[in-house]
Amino acid sequence: MTNMGNNILYVMGIVAGLWLARNVHEIFLGLPDEAAQGAIYRILFFHLPSWFTCFTAFLLAGVSSILYLTKKNLVYDTFAVSAVEVGTVFTVVGLTTGSIWARIIWGIWWTWDPRLTWALITCIIYAGYLMLRRAIDDPTARAKNSAVLCIFAFASVVITYKAIDWWRTQHPGAVLSFRTGGGRMDPAMESILYQNFFALLLLTSVLVVLRMRQEAMSREIEGLRRHAHAL
Amino acid sequence: MRFARQTWTVAGKDLRSELRTKESLNASISFAVVILVLFSFAVDPTADQMREMSGGLLWLVFSFAGALILNRSFARELGNDCLDALVASPVSPAALFLGKAFANYVLLLLVELVTLPIFGVLYNTQWARQPAMLAAVMLPATWGMTVIGTIFSALTVNLRMRELMLPVIIYPMMIPVLMAAMRLSTILINGEAIPADDWIWFKLIIGFDIIFTSLSLALVEVVLVG
Repeated sequence: MTNMGNNILYVMGIVAGLWLARNVHEIFLGLPDEAAQGAIYRILFFHLPSWFTCFTAFLLAGVSSILYLTKKNLVYDTFAVSAVEVGTVFTVVGLTTGSIWARIIWGIWWTWDPRLTWALITCIIYAGYLMLRRAIDDPTARAKNSAVLCIFAFASVVITYKAIDWWRTQHPGAVLSFRTGGGRMDPAMESILYQNFFALLLLTSVLVVLRMRQEAMSREIEGLRRHAHAL
Repeated sequence: MRFARQTWTVAGKDLRSELRTKESLNASISFAVVILVLFSFAVDPTADQMREMSGGLLWLVFSFAGALILNRSFARELGNDCLDALVASPVSPAALFLGKAFANYVLLLLVELVTLPIFGVLYNTQWARQPAMLAAVMLPATWGMTVIGTIFSALTVNLRMRELMLPVIIYPMMIPVLMAAMRLSTILINGEAIPADDWIWFKLIIGFDIIFTSLSLALVEVVLVG
């Protein structure tokens, strides 16, 4: 990677960090407590953006997997695994923040409600994807098999997203205006929520690029090792 | 026409070789009985308990026992490089997949048919109060399980840790269809009518079957040939 690329990455990382810090300041000091829930509602500003981020990452990983299968270029595989890894981390963040909120509002950490259950299944499936990759040594076989699994796995993301519409769940319904047509959330709050989402997306891009470099490097090392063995 | 004949040939070959040796079938049915017995220690199988969990228990048994059959589906072709021969033959990968899936489907249904009466006797449950509806749930739900199991059996066939990886991947993928089948079977075994709210589960099974069958048919060539 060139120096220029490095610099852009640093700048993106710093901007994401500053933006998140500014959002945290705004969320904790700028916004008032919510009427019904009190202070805990603030977790929403991390919970929702985390899920959006992981859905975006999984969607891009799915698209990239399709591209790998059609174009057979390992770059797409590298992108898919990086996006899935970062996405899985955000799935865990989403599950954890949701759990903390549930402990305060519902009095329990977890309930087997369709939305929650499917979110957990999604997390397990993508963890399975990462495990599958460990089990295959040959880079092209690994890329091919994990691309197929990645496409299948995306079905669970769609079900998780739509679960609140399909079932009567204990999980709160949609609040954002693009799904409800507005009126469920104060515009000032909604704006901060989106800002946090974009800041997280920026952070995700930095993490994905870093992870892609690692992956490319590890493939190179693997190649060199094989070369050494051949000699 | 050619496609149907190829599919039928592959399915016939698999069924014949399985029914002659009965390797997986015997193992799968014995395993199903073992799980049924084990469960009786885990929970107290009183009438009230069974009313709540009959469907869940049944489908857990079906999926655990079924995995033994699904696991062998492509692995049985590894000896003597039969898989390479099959892939090199003029049979299209989709026909190969579909043939294997049909064979697995028949075997899974056989296991289920044998397990159901045993379940009824061991747990003192009248499972056949609505046989037609129960079949209407079991047939598409078992197909969903079969499709996922067969495609991932093909995907993991060349893996080092095949026996370990397959369950890790297929069970989470099967959850939607298992969840729906468990819910509906419990209602049906209790002899109740399916509430209006719960028809969504039925739609879920059908949707699952359509989506994953088409996805598998589209991707199987990549999986087998590369």
